[in-house]
Amino acid sequence: MTDFLEVRNLTMRFGGLTAVDSLSFKVEHGSIHGLIGPNGAGKTTTFNMISGFYTPTEGQILLRGEDISGLKMHEVARRGVVRTFQHSTLFAELTVLENALVGTHMPFRPNIFAAIIGWDKEDRRGAEARAREALDFFGLLHLAEERAGDLSHGHQRALGMAVAYASHPDVILLDEPFTGMNPEETKHMMGLMRRLKEDGITILLVEHDMQAIMGLCDTITCMSFGKFLAEGGPTEIRNHPAVIEAYLGGARHVA
Amino acid sequence: MRNLLIFVLGSVALIALPYGLSFSQQEILVFLVINILLVTSYRLMTLTGEWSLGHVVIMGVGAYASALYTKELGIYVPVSMILGGVTAALLAVLLSFPLFRMKGFYFLIGSFAAGEIIRLIWKRFREPFGGVRGISGIDPMPDFSIGIYQFDFFEPVSYYYFAGVIVIASLWVLWRIEKSPVGLTFHAVHWQDKLAQASGVNLRAYRTLAFAIASGFAGLAGALQAHYVGTVNPNSFDIEVMVFVLTWAIVGGTATFYGPILGCIVLTVLNEIVLREMGLEQARPLIYGAIMILSILFLPDGLESLVQKVTRRRSAPKPEEKAAT
Repeated sequence: MTDFLEVRNLTMRFGGLTAVDSLSFKVEHGSIHGLIGPNGAGKTTTFNMISGFYTPTEGQILLRGEDISGLKMHEVARRGVVRTFQHSTLFAELTVLENALVGTHMPFRPNIFAAIIGWDKEDRRGAEARAREALDFFGLLHLAEERAGDLSHGHQRALGMAVAYASHPDVILLDEPFTGMNPEETKHMMGLMRRLKEDGITILLVEHDMQAIMGLCDTITCMSFGKFLAEGGPTEIRNHPAVIEAYLGGARHVA
Repeated sequence: MRNLLIFVLGSVALIALPYGLSFSQQEILVFLVINILLVTSYRLMTLTGEWSLGHVVIMGVGAYASALYTKELGIYVPVSMILGGVTAALLAVLLSFPLFRMKGFYFLIGSFAAGEIIRLIWKRFREPFGGVRGISGIDPMPDFSIGIYQFDFFEPVSYYYFAGVIVIASLWVLWRIEKSPVGLTFHAVHWQDKLAQASGVNLRAYRTLAFAIASGFAGLAGALQAHYVGTVNPNSFDIEVMVFVLTWAIVGGTATFYGPILGCIVLTVLNEIVLREMGLEQARPLIYGAIMILSILFLPDGLESLVQKVTRRRSAPKPEEKAAT
């Protein structure tokens, strides 16, 4: 398999603090890749660099061999890497359908002149169909006319993913998608992610919910204090001494 | 059918309106129509969440540009008006480079500074801007006839019709933009710029687009005013006028398309009819300030929220009826 998304020697320094230190890993096409680590390990920073929110101090992010590090967020998004946000970051004042319509910005690029004359009817119809499809996928279609800010927490998280899904991404970066979900919702969401994977979408996720991570991911990269710690399948990671040490703190000495 | 009836009645009312007014009131009506375009174009700018204090100066750019095109280059007046708007839009694109390095409050101050610089340039350079006195003797709109009506542009009624048609066409374009996917993207940029960007929206481009469109229509409004009044000078586009525009927008409310228009009409009527009758027009800034404070305290969503209350009450029983059947 070709290297689809590759992070090479990625480093981020905030003043004297090295948040991410020479991190390298590869994400295979069509896989669900988990990024874990104790609090403050630099997972979200890594995420922000891949999505273009931060510019890395050093290192490269390669998408299909093309260096995308240092590009702006919308430029990264236009190459097919779309992210969601940690908290329920939504257009709270807009309706659920309008939220999803913003997600269709890339496949149905608005044109102002066509919009004034009224020649974009087909695009608008297409965009709405795509938005409804994305909402339906995440089970939100019956809420289409609600204000996004009025939704329950679980629905808001799902909507955040629907907005990302509406843009036909190749890679979805999910930042803690299961936070604040009850076990039932988590299970449902895991099912949806497996379906996304079947659609050929590569998923990279940061998550604290170990059960979800272990049940979902094909490959897991564990980091600690900004450094690469271990990589492997769920069972491998679960039994990896360095990972156990990082989470429990000096387990080897205790034993 | 009902919409057609409203459309016909509305047009008849707009056409008949000036005949019920005195000459000075007809003149005010012309300014009101121009100001409606000004404040509506301002609203498009605020859709992206950026409030500018330079909008009136941009209007002045359109006025100066159109005046100079006719005076120096002898361009036919209606064409120069459009060119005035285009000039204002192009200047906005240029200004966007320094100004959109800032956001929110800093943008507000930055836009004020940019506006003052432009005004100082007008004051400083006699050639071609005429210095402090500005430009006078601007060509009026040439008279013409459309068969049923003879346009004589020394008559405010004629200019009211002419400006009215242009303003309604402009409002229609602004309305189309707002209701289009482009307008939705403006809203998205306002509410969550990071999420919009993650969805592939080029924030810089969309902010600039909104700024340029708003400035273009403000420039057109300025050109309409310049060729009606016949003079332009730096002081007719100062911060005091900008405060009036802000007051119209805030008192009317900016959540809906008609909010700022409502604010503009209500406050103009209040100012020109009520205050003038009472001989208080000198106290206009004072009273406008008081109205602004009162409306922020007691009507924070603007006059539009009153309209929404009335229309909602009327349409509220409908969903229940649907549910019952």
